[in-house]
Amino acid sequence: MNGLVYQLQDVTKTYNGKQVLQVDALEIQRGEMLALVGPSGAGKSTLLRLLNFIETPTDGSIRFLGAAFDGQRQVPLELRRRVTMVFQRPVLLSRSVQANVAYGLQLRGRRQVDAQVREVLESVGLADLAAQDARTLSGGEAQRVALARAMILEPDVLLLDEPTANLDPYNVGLIEDIIRQINQRGTTLVMVTHNVFQARRLAHRVALALSGKIIEVDDTQRFFQSPRDKRTAAFVAGDMVY
Amino acid sequence: MPAGNAGFLLPDCRARQPAPQAPTTHHYIESGEAIINEILQGLIQAIQLILDGDPALTEIIALSLQVSGIALLLSTLIGIPVGALLGLTRFFGRRFVVAMLYTGMGFPPVVVGLFVYLLLSRSGPLGQLNSSLIPALFTPAAMVVAQTIISFPLVSGFTMAAVMGVDPQLRQQVMSLGGTPMQTAWAILAEARVGVVVSIIAGFGSIISEVGAVMLVGGNIEHHTRVLTTAVVLETRKGNFDLAVALGMILLGLSFVTNLAMLWLQGRNFNR
Repeated sequence: MNGLVYQLQDVTKTYNGKQVLQVDALEIQRGEMLALVGPSGAGKSTLLRLLNFIETPTDGSIRFLGAAFDGQRQVPLELRRRVTMVFQRPVLLSRSVQANVAYGLQLRGRRQVDAQVREVLESVGLADLAAQDARTLSGGEAQRVALARAMILEPDVLLLDEPTANLDPYNVGLIEDIIRQINQRGTTLVMVTHNVFQARRLAHRVALALSGKIIEVDDTQRFFQSPRDKRTAAFVAGDMVY
Repeated sequence: MPAGNAGFLLPDCRARQPAPQAPTTHHYIESGEAIINEILQGLIQAIQLILDGDPALTEIIALSLQVSGIALLLSTLIGIPVGALLGLTRFFGRRFVVAMLYTGMGFPPVVVGLFVYLLLSRSGPLGQLNSSLIPALFTPAAMVVAQTIISFPLVSGFTMAAVMGVDPQLRQQVMSLGGTPMQTAWAILAEARVGVVVSIIAGFGSIISEVGAVMLVGGNIEHHTRVLTTAVVLETRKGNFDLAVALGMILLGLSFVTNLAMLWLQGRNFNR
């Protein structure tokens, strides 16, 4: 890991007068896999949307690949295209699997993409379903298409919002393998998960979010074995922390 | 009705026809059997008129399609972007605009015709400008204006509803994949394409079949502004029921074929 991809400073997000996120400081290193854990409503998905520049912070600034952005400054398209996100519920277009995977490249004006699409579909084990209507896939297959659609873009950062929620253990295993592959290629990953075991299996670092604040960020081993905050200790122990 | 009615609007045939007058009692259809006979005769005559390639009929069909086609094109070009904008954005006064649009969807064509008539008449606010850009009354262009106003709210309103029915997360997903605002809007419209085509079908249905507005602003002038619906009214008033039914059948056929073509445009999505 070398260099910072993200640097957040005093970032807040407010909806209708209610503050849902407050991050005093957070740094994300190039090539790392950071897991964001915490209960529902802790602001994890909001943080991902800010990191994806789909939404802008109410206050504070996000430095991305050296350039700082706040709520006022528009993120240039070229920079925005270096980060992409896979959502908890994969929203696929009503087209074939291969058309879905090729879509992001086509948004970038690329047309000759068949070979790339085939290669990526093979890497996620869906080459046989290339011509199938994407809306007829099972949950696990659809999530793998969503991952393939993101992988083909070779982003600097991939954001994952509970990518294995509601999937059976077999599909969870497949998707975790794909996530490892993506990270091994050098892509920085930020993953929201409710599954602390998954965070432990995959992540280099883990952050705990509670009530819109980042309580603790640490190396995975230290986070689970010697947490500094008592709320982290309770969360890791499986106690209710709200 | 004699077979010579095939050339029902040609000058020589018209000379043999009685002058238009209010229907007398013997013109009225008196029994269920007579009604069925009139419809059957009308159907046969419709087929005969089409097979004969009657020039007057061809002219009327061509003008009907031309006026309604141009009006539909204009209302689609304006209505789909407006519908998409209303479906995708939130702004102050949006509810009022949507309420206006919904009101427009139920606007009686004859009232639209009346407003367009008043606007375009020589003493009207637009007519008195005497500009070449403002169409004159009793021209096909005036009929296009009226029909565009009738179909626009339908195209726009149904498009808005279709866009609002698309999974709201699709927008974030497309943006997350690197879509520009325009690419994102296009992706949402593409996902809503079944509803968008329905909006165009609804717009077409509302104008190809309307008579009030085109009668008022077009005047049903032979060889100039006579379209299928106004011809049906004329022939009914003359008591030529079978001919009126024949024209009605042709109108229905045209509408059916056009809608089939639009359903084909919807593609495989229709069967899902």
